[in-house]
Amino acid sequence: MVTFWVAILAVSILLYVLLDGFDLGVGMLFGLTHDETRRREMLSAIAPMWDGNETWLVVAGVVLWGAFPVVYATLLSAFYLPVLLALAGLILRGVAFEYRNKTERLRWIWDAGFAGGSLVAAFIQGMIVGALVEQLPITNGQYTGGDFGWFSPFAMLCGVGLCLGYALLGACWLVRKCEGDVREEAYRLIPYLAISLLAFLVVVFGYALAENLRVIHRWVERPYLCAFPAIGIVAALVAAASVRHRRDGVPFYMVALIFTAAFGTLAISFWPYMIPFSITIEEAAAPHSSLAFMFWGEGLFVFPLMLLYTVISYTVFRGKVRPTANHY
Amino acid sequence: MDLTALLLSRIQFGSTVAFHIIFPSFTIGLAAWLTVLEALRLWTGRPVYRLIFEFWLKIFGVAFGLGVVSGIVMAFQFGTNWSELSRMSGPIQGPLLSYETFTAFFLEASFFGILLFGRPRVPPWFYFFSTAMVALGTTLSAFWIMVNNSWMQVPTGYVMENGAFAPDDWAKILFSPVVWVRFPHMLLASYLTGAVCVAATGAWYVLRAIFAAEARVMLRMGSYLAAVLLPAQLVFGHLNGEYIVHHQPAKMAAIEARWHDEKPASEVLLAWPDVENHRNLFAITLPPPFGSLIDSDNLSAGEVGLESIPPENWPPVAIPFFSFRIMVGCWAVMLLIAWIGSYLIHKGRFEQNRMLLWATFLSFPLPFIAILSGWVTAEVGRQPWVVYGVLRTADAMTPFLTARTVAVSLAVYCVVYSFIFAFGIYYIYRLLRAGPEGRLVLPPAAAVPNRPMSVVDEHHLTPTAHHVPAGE
Repeated sequence: MVTFWVAILAVSILLYVLLDGFDLGVGMLFGLTHDETRRREMLSAIAPMWDGNETWLVVAGVVLWGAFPVVYATLLSAFYLPVLLALAGLILRGVAFEYRNKTERLRWIWDAGFAGGSLVAAFIQGMIVGALVEQLPITNGQYTGGDFGWFSPFAMLCGVGLCLGYALLGACWLVRKCEGDVREEAYRLIPYLAISLLAFLVVVFGYALAENLRVIHRWVERPYLCAFPAIGIVAALVAAASVRHRRDGVPFYMVALIFTAAFGTLAISFWPYMIPFSITIEEAAAPHSSLAFMFWGEGLFVFPLMLLYTVISYTVFRGKVRPTANHY
Repeated sequence: MDLTALLLSRIQFGSTVAFHIIFPSFTIGLAAWLTVLEALRLWTGRPVYRLIFEFWLKIFGVAFGLGVVSGIVMAFQFGTNWSELSRMSGPIQGPLLSYETFTAFFLEASFFGILLFGRPRVPPWFYFFSTAMVALGTTLSAFWIMVNNSWMQVPTGYVMENGAFAPDDWAKILFSPVVWVRFPHMLLASYLTGAVCVAATGAWYVLRAIFAAEARVMLRMGSYLAAVLLPAQLVFGHLNGEYIVHHQPAKMAAIEARWHDEKPASEVLLAWPDVENHRNLFAITLPPPFGSLIDSDNLSAGEVGLESIPPENWPPVAIPFFSFRIMVGCWAVMLLIAWIGSYLIHKGRFEQNRMLLWATFLSFPLPFIAILSGWVTAEVGRQPWVVYGVLRTADAMTPFLTARTVAVSLAVYCVVYSFIFAFGIYYIYRLLRAGPEGRLVLPPAAAVPNRPMSVVDEHHLTPTAHHVPAGE
């Protein structure tokens, strides 16, 4: 039962990262251009999905609370201010998306809210992961770091890294969904983003070695972990080739695969800990009666239906977004 | 831990929930009303029901969107500010709230989409079925929330395990008698909100002499429904009182500003509770046995006074005392308007009576005030407990939270919320003012179930772009 809920949680988080990742990325790229036609096209590339994507964050949140209450309580309280900012960012970009079409004069406010909200939300997610890798100050199961216990250069670096990663994912999405200027611009950005991301990974790895982070030891103990980076490298090579040959559909899947590999790497380096190296999955799990109660309804029926729904809605909105003739 | 962080956390939780509760209670009522309209349209075939349906569907979309946005914060706020509570009661509250999310997501995703686009694509009976499913979804959401809150009010079906609440009998938690008086009370409140807002909108159009046919239907249905639901609400409100007397005597004593044990008890109608000296100033009081009659349905029952309860277990007396009276006051005004209105409609004279039309129009905030004050009565009244009788609010807070941190977050929430909700409410106002336009609106192509607010875009994204399936 515990394994089942770990799996559900992992799937929800991964889906969130992949799906909201690309629309947060598009949100950041949105801030780079001022051309209204391009902006509209970028928005319509994510319009039908973004809200559904964010739902996975809420799903992950409540599953975490129901199945692993200790982790929910510890993480959210430890990351009090970051969580606040991320939520404010997500709310702002959500409403900005709808409200920008209702006004001409105030549009710049909503546009700033959209790009800024996306950037803040992405940065904070990366920062939280970084802080976890570096280990939160936790003694006897209690967080002891105070308001800024999560702050470190490494965590900041990871924040920047995830912004780059999401922006790359977003650019690949635009390549996949758009045509004309937007697509060209995205193709132009992809190499820069990819190279910065690579540089970031090298720095992070170097830092982890230099600081002798505990995560590194797990790699020595578990050499099979290297399979994940290998998948990542292959995916990166395929992505590079597909960008060169302008195969619009491919780069997004490859970058998504890189993200999945990175997610798998992290998850297995943490295993069996949920909050590295202080709270294990077994310690965090709710009593069997809670897990079973969730299993027989939402786990067995609603969750698969939600996955199915996600697949269907992406199928309905597949293909390119095309500007129509009656542009006003 | 310092007291101010606790106070600020409570203010933050209270105000974000208060903002949130407005929208779901409105949409639960509206969804039920939409179902009734669709049923009427199927039955009578009159196009006016279709017009009104489309009109309220747009308002439903915006209110629903705002409810979703403000709900995201709720899903995380338990953990950020109340980490001890979420650690201890997570095994019970977590599953309940996850059911809420899953049900809402699922019904929202599948059936709300059909409401928006399905009209030309599905048979009428299925469209009606989808409307009913959306109504069911909002109702189920309310159910899970009320189960969760009722468990905190009267915890049951659990054992303590490693310093946490472990559920040992879900049936007891789900079918607790407390749930089954509080959930209908909330549901009726939502239906009333819908009914009163619909009647008020109708009255507004009659006053402005526009949309005569639609206005008549709204006024008639809203007033009749309110006239029937309000007495029912009294019954459930009273049943709520019974569980409070039984399980939360301190809350009841505070609501009644009853300082000493009385047998039989008197009933304080209005007063200024003087907490320091344990007495009421300027009190207007009904003599015994009215208090016993109202609280216990009994002419001679003894009622507990605050003095027989240790002061550290008292709620702040004045807040539940006044909020309860505000709720009942709103109820009485709505009842008066709804009954006179229904009588005049029956006599065919409502639309000539401008004073009552104005009263009906201006009564639209009353159900919201009643819901908020009723909720304050329930939540402030159960202080100082967060899980009644077991876990104090002060012990439920994140232990290391400082006042400065919470002040920052409270300020951020205030700014963000007032900003987005001011705009949201302005858009609802614009829709209401414009009214049903007498033509059937086709859904814009890019409005999707996950973006309820997009239904009302005037300058929509999609005139510029649409999705072409691959290979075309």
